[in-house]
Amino acid sequence: MLERSWPAEGLTRVPYWVYQDEDVYKEEQAKIWRGATWNYLCLEAELPEPQSFVTTFVGDMPVVVTRDANGALHAWENRCAHRGALVAMRARGKAERFTCIYHNWTYDHAGNLASVAFRRGIAGKGGMPPDAKPESQAPRQLRVESINGLVFGTLSKEVSSLESYIGPEILPRLKRVLKKPLKVLGAYTQVLPNNWKLYMDNVKDTYHASLLHVFFTRFRINRLTQKGGVFVSKDGAHHCTYTEMVEDRGDAYEKDGMRSAGGSGGFRLEAPELLEQLDELGDAVSIQILSLFPGFVLHQIRNSLAARQVVPKGVGRTELHWTLFGFTDDDEAMTRRRLMQANLVGPAGYISMEDGAATGFVQRGVAGAPERASVIEMGGATIGSGDSRITETAVRGLWQAWRAHMEI
Amino acid sequence: MADQDFLALQATIERLHARYAHALDADRLEDWPQFFTEQGTYRVTTAENEERGLPLPVLYAEGRPMLRDRVASLRHANIYEPQRYRHILSSVLVERLDSQTARSTANFLVVRIMESGDSLLFASGRYLDRIALAPEPRYEERVVVCDSRRFDTLLAIPL
Repeated sequence: MLERSWPAEGLTRVPYWVYQDEDVYKEEQAKIWRGATWNYLCLEAELPEPQSFVTTFVGDMPVVVTRDANGALHAWENRCAHRGALVAMRARGKAERFTCIYHNWTYDHAGNLASVAFRRGIAGKGGMPPDAKPESQAPRQLRVESINGLVFGTLSKEVSSLESYIGPEILPRLKRVLKKPLKVLGAYTQVLPNNWKLYMDNVKDTYHASLLHVFFTRFRINRLTQKGGVFVSKDGAHHCTYTEMVEDRGDAYEKDGMRSAGGSGGFRLEAPELLEQLDELGDAVSIQILSLFPGFVLHQIRNSLAARQVVPKGVGRTELHWTLFGFTDDDEAMTRRRLMQANLVGPAGYISMEDGAATGFVQRGVAGAPERASVIEMGGATIGSGDSRITETAVRGLWQAWRAHMEI
Repeated sequence: MADQDFLALQATIERLHARYAHALDADRLEDWPQFFTEQGTYRVTTAENEERGLPLPVLYAEGRPMLRDRVASLRHANIYEPQRYRHILSSVLVERLDSQTARSTANFLVVRIMESGDSLLFASGRYLDRIALAPEPRYEERVVVCDSRRFDTLLAIPL
């Protein structure tokens, strides 16, 4: 048990040691990533055929995700029962079985140990004793569930079904986007110079979007004066924020003299076709950002759709694995639209490139202040859904969920 | 004579690449669209996406207006920590396609230097170019294939 105490203010303060402490990081691996949570693994579209596999991570733990010869999905720890080496070393591929290169122990698609090389020795010499139980150290198998093409896994036997984990506030918002079979358009990784929770803080922070991401506001893609709102799950763990396609003619930003306001004359794109959205989901929502605890984000930014997977890589480093997708029945024009709007997101994204910088600034800024805390009082001190995005309600939700898992 | 033509073409294209690299490294972003033809395209992708046959760009611009938008956004909208690049180019292969057009493949390394002095091998990869030779050499198509799928923090200045 960690000997740490939370500031007396409760939900409106987050002490900075949460982003810095090696012991916290280790405990999170056990209690959160390998604990009672569902973790995003990949898209079903990445396992298109029987016997295909991808490798990924749940926290620090390497994981193999497979589709077996009968089409069923499996996920298991990428660790050989024998000496602990990686069993699958390729990022993806097809395999009839998995063979650890170290001593040729093999596994089936479900991660069961299928054979031990020279288990009975050769010509009566060598080999393992008859009562040896190498299976006792077999890679752990995850429970796997998929929902509208997203594959999740958990080591926990206790956690409820995936749908009930996500809950009734957020589930419809997830299904809203994933209406049809998915098609992968591509992937890349953004390396963030900060603790993984600073990224999740950022995603759930509806207050920052139009203030940090000036591209948004200059082109009136998302000003807080537009119609939108935020949903937070009952336990605070998951969130969803959305903005409707409304032409904003207000001048709240100019009146407040904010940096993100366009200023006199404003700023116009020479090639605005980059932003043209087709209302493919039919509900006039232009942006929806949805997060599931601990480390999954689904975005719809105009016609750009993506799954973002958070992979912690130590206290001060995080990898964000982006997989952008469309639907299998997209026509050429829709694919082109999605590829054009890929300019909005990712490491070079007009409206997302700042996130890595801002969260990195927090990691550096708090280096000398582990016992000081962030002030998270926008929208009060409670957690809940609402129609204002000038709130930090979803951020407080993250910390409520985190503290429950960590027992702090 | 043929050899001399070839050497002249090689020099022309290496000079184009060098001017491009110096413009970016010297923060002359406003000059960057001029290295492309009016309809010229610029696409940054990864070797992994290329090998998987996936079309996703990290960054894509089609024509000078879009290239200028990228520069305007970097200058006036996007927030990023002050940083510089140093481009190192080598192994430039050149092939003439016709009297007006050539193709080039070149290796690159880009070192990113922060104000603190932190220097990082930010990117390595290949430039795959189609170059219009007249009236002066410009990129009709420049594809930047990064060897790694990873990008540190952000990719603001073009590669």
